[in-house]
Amino acid sequence: MTKDEVKQVVLGIIADIAPDEDLSTLKPDVRLRDQMQLDSMDFLDIVMELRKRHGIEVPEKDYPQLATLDSCGDYLTPKFNALASKS
Amino acid sequence: MSLSRIVITGVGLTAPNGNSLAEFRGNLLSGVARIARMEIRYMGPHLAGVCNFDPLRHQKRKEVRVGTRAGSIGIYCAREALADARLSTDSIRRDRTGIFVGITEHGNVETENEIYAISKFGYDTKFWSHYHNPRTVANNPAGEISLNIGTTGPAYTIGAACAAGNLGLIHATQMLRLGEVDLAICGGVSESIHTFGIFAGFKSQNALAHHEDPNRASRPFDKARNGIVISEGGALYTLERLEDAVRRGAKIYGEIAGYCVNSDASDYVLPNPGRQAECVREAVARSGLLPRDIHIINTHATATPMGDIQECEAIRAVFGEGCPDTHINNTKSFIGHAMGAAGALELAGNLPSFEDCVVHPTINVDDLDPACALPGLVLNQPRKAERVDAILNNSFGMLGINSTLIVRRFER
Repeated sequence: MTKDEVKQVVLGIIADIAPDEDLSTLKPDVRLRDQMQLDSMDFLDIVMELRKRHGIEVPEKDYPQLATLDSCGDYLTPKFNALASKS
Repeated sequence: MSLSRIVITGVGLTAPNGNSLAEFRGNLLSGVARIARMEIRYMGPHLAGVCNFDPLRHQKRKEVRVGTRAGSIGIYCAREALADARLSTDSIRRDRTGIFVGITEHGNVETENEIYAISKFGYDTKFWSHYHNPRTVANNPAGEISLNIGTTGPAYTIGAACAAGNLGLIHATQMLRLGEVDLAICGGVSESIHTFGIFAGFKSQNALAHHEDPNRASRPFDKARNGIVISEGGALYTLERLEDAVRRGAKIYGEIAGYCVNSDASDYVLPNPGRQAECVREAVARSGLLPRDIHIINTHATATPMGDIQECEAIRAVFGEGCPDTHINNTKSFIGHAMGAAGALELAGNLPSFEDCVVHPTINVDDLDPACALPGLVLNQPRKAERVDAILNNSFGMLGINSTLIVRRFER
């Protein structure tokens, strides 16, 4: 998967957990929590949905890597690709 | 001790056959029940009373996703009650507003959902939702209301099995009289139809109603009654001290006249007509009324073969034959048993009788059980009463909790 595809996956999850938000103006390099109503429980939702939908594990120490859409792409793309190469 | 007079100034509700008091009442007078067949997890289709209010009327989509069905029902009812009372969240003193919500149970729905969800992942608990605890704490429905409307006074639930709806109003009355709050949002809610456990439990007790026509299934007092129709729903009221309500020119639906809560101390599930009669008698006495002054008795009867007879026995013991102006009805015949909401919803269905002097009937009685043949039963068709000055509302629950609440016509 490309980074852009991974970012689309994350955006899809965010759209489900924050259904009242307009995501069209989300800036990829700005912290998600600074652009939208996203509390710590919502953040755990992203982690849970990555686990449920894609089998991706994000250990707690790596949570800061999910701060922006860009950092999500950077951090998660190798994980998605590692998973794809196993299957 | 002189007690403050407490009055009802607003009603918000959702029932299977109505999302406002006007719609609900209209259907009770027109004989319209609205029981559905609903798919129950692991069990297949079963009869249930399903509400069709729009949660997004008062909640954001995220609130609905994160919260519980009981929370949504509570928020809908609370907001509608405030609007009905012509109170806004900006006009009330948020720190002096209490929320007291009766529940039969809470958390079963959410726990069952999580167990089902992790079953899809080999029961690996790392897939268990981080929302499970806030969704299942016993105060959840009241807490969700306080979050939604922004009140900072006491907000909690009152667990009282199927007596809980009455308990919400009774506790609110006490808190207003104690001066703990100036406005109470109170009553009961239930999300019970979303747990298979309650269906399976009643089925194992042989207490679940069945009928080919869903709207004919809940039939208290009928010989062919065969059990309970489980429903969801809610009814919340705004209660105020009389002087506060008068000061702001509020519409007053009625005044809390008296109440009693007691316990059978005799069985987990079987009612005790002796204790029920004591509860009713004590509530009437505390109201300063005589049995003949009660013009409507709204029964708890759930359409179980034995429970209906025992409540009738209790009513007979208190009211006997000497109360010609006492009319007796049952709201569950329309909406099924809304559990924690039952008492509050059933009271709401009768409150308009103070204005129109019409008593809504108990429907689905084709063949009255002689053991339930109380004088004054209003069967199948509404009845015009000469006067309606006091309504007595019975709600009883498992583990032997009994509650009787009496509301009287407001007179200065």
